[in-house]
Amino acid sequence: MIMSVLIYVELDNGSIKKTSLEAVAYGAKTAEKTGGQAVVLALGKADAGELEKAGLYGATKVLHASDAKLEHENSLAYADALVQAAQQEGSQIIILSKSGLGDAMAARAAAKLKAGVVSGVTALPETDGGFKVTRAIFTGKAFATTEIKSDIKVLVVRKNAIEVDENGLGGGSAAVEAFAPALRDSDFTASVVSVEKADSELSLTEAEIIVSGGRGMKGPEHWQPLLDLAKALGAATGCSKPVSDLDWRPHHEHIGQTGIKVAPNLYIACGISGAIQHLAGVNGSKCIVVINKDPEAPFFKAADYGIVGDVFEILPKLTEAAKSLK
Amino acid sequence: MKILVCITNVPDTTAKISFTDNDTKLNKNGVQFIIGPYDDYALARGVELKEQLGGSLTVLHVGEADAEPQIRKALAIGADDAIRVNADPQDSYFVAAQIAHIARQNGYDLILMGRESIDYNSGVVHGLVGEMLGIPSYSPVMKLDLDGGNATITREIDGGKEVLKAPLPLVLGCQEPIAEWKIPNMRGIMTARTKPLNVVEPVAVDDMTVPQTYKLPAPKGACKMIPASEAETLIRLLQTEAKVL
Ligand SMILES: Cc1cc2nc3c(=O)[nH]c(=O)nc-3n(C[C@H](O)[C@H](O)[C@H](O)COP(=O)(O)OP(=O)(O)OC[C@H]3O[C@@H](n4cnc5c(N)ncnc54)[C@H](O)[C@@H]3O)c2cc1C
Repeated sequence: MIMSVLIYVELDNGSIKKTSLEAVAYGAKTAEKTGGQAVVLALGKADAGELEKAGLYGATKVLHASDAKLEHENSLAYADALVQAAQQEGSQIIILSKSGLGDAMAARAAAKLKAGVVSGVTALPETDGGFKVTRAIFTGKAFATTEIKSDIKVLVVRKNAIEVDENGLGGGSAAVEAFAPALRDSDFTASVVSVEKADSELSLTEAEIIVSGGRGMKGPEHWQPLLDLAKALGAATGCSKPVSDLDWRPHHEHIGQTGIKVAPNLYIACGISGAIQHLAGVNGSKCIVVINKDPEAPFFKAADYGIVGDVFEILPKLTEAAKSLK
Repeated sequence: MKILVCITNVPDTTAKISFTDNDTKLNKNGVQFIIGPYDDYALARGVELKEQLGGSLTVLHVGEADAEPQIRKALAIGADDAIRVNADPQDSYFVAAQIAHIARQNGYDLILMGRESIDYNSGVVHGLVGEMLGIPSYSPVMKLDLDGGNATITREIDGGKEVLKAPLPLVLGCQEPIAEWKIPNMRGIMTARTKPLNVVEPVAVDDMTVPQTYKLPAPKGACKMIPASEAETLIRLLQTEAKVL
């Protein structure tokens, strides 16, 4: 039987998000194992040229639904569209990238398709003798290997589940096809009162570099040196829980067990002690740098590079060095 | 207002995780269990809404009897009664199917739970329940107010937030700062002892996924210390040695 793999991609200003391009590569590699093609679904406003890029990551076709009703993110309608695309394409495997939207769509689609859903997948599936995936559990403190028994399988993959750079898998350009899912009124019962979005900011879940501050930064008025380093490195900024609780920084910057889980290439922690709940949000990072005046700070145990010292002396030095990189 | 709050029973956030039985089971030895921190937020807001608007609040747990201290705690915090579906759930689909079954029987205006459990971190149960019941689900919800048959919800979105107005019934995955965690008081603890905790058997659900084995991450290598006086050398190391710049 021909099985296609369907990958949902999230859009940001008309182009496919980086984590979603990774998901496309993940889907294409999975399709190589299971047979069939990798088909992409994009919902909302997009540039055709940007969508074709999915081909570079191994997709053969992109379904694009551009109905104006889908322009505003709506996990209910999006999940319905995903199910309809899966049915049209005979997809047995559905892949999304890990995010609030990815989980919400995966869940609703799985219930509709009576499919097993596994979220937080960290590596390509094993397909010899059952379909098995590994995912992060206990907020990255452990991993579980799970067999998916249902005919249709829904996977939500974490950032860095597959290694790809901007050359993708070296594929060609994908054919973009218009897709017109039937939209149900019941998915549009909510009205959007307001949306507040920091447009210019780099999103934490997408960022390759994050500079993050804790209570050791002493107060919101002292954040400039941290922002300067972030700017010099092209990094997003994050913080510990007390910092957002105290309103020193906005809530969406809160990283950790009860905040955002991040997996950048580089995480620079400034004046953060490294409580286990904070570490739980950053343990997917490739490289961790810790700057803390206390040599006993627990964060050093989880770090790759450490500097014992005052953040306010060290940050400007790093910023200078980072500027001279380019 | 009829509210259902679903809680998980999970290892404390500081618990050291290890496995037994050839890495097929969590080692519960010496591990303190708690109500999931996100579920605790959902419960706190549920209690506040019930106190404001009247009605009832039922707490639901799908799991084994060892969760009963946590269920009693939820009763002490302010739930009126509790249901435990007696099962050792294998995946989110199973849990969601049990919640949906109870909800179909009893009919709730509002089903609250945490945005995710802190053991499996899947964040899919609210969506599964919503679809199984054919009602909307939203997550992560940071603020929730009710006005007649409508809810005003503030949701966190990538890099910001969104305010929605939606008619009940709804399923919501909650997170801070929806309410402050509540600590049970003495009176609450006393009355919790006599509040009903009904144990029911699960409905049958096909196995969708089956856990196989667990493992711990590879141990971290040593941290390379750089003297503060040479802090600027870090940037070069990040570029040439760690290759992350
Ligand atoms: C259920 C639960 C969930 C939680 N979830 C989270 C979560 O998601 N995320 C999170 O972050 N926390 C979380 N916490 C809180 C966590 O336990 C810690 O309290 C918190 O992470 C500490 O934040 P911090 O490191 O910024 O502050 P502190 O612990 O106060 O540490 C400040 C650090 O700054 C250093 N410092 C001070 N001045 C300087 C200076 N001039 N230069 C250099 N270093 C300096 C100090 O040595 C210290 O190590 C949670 C707690 C609980 C109970």
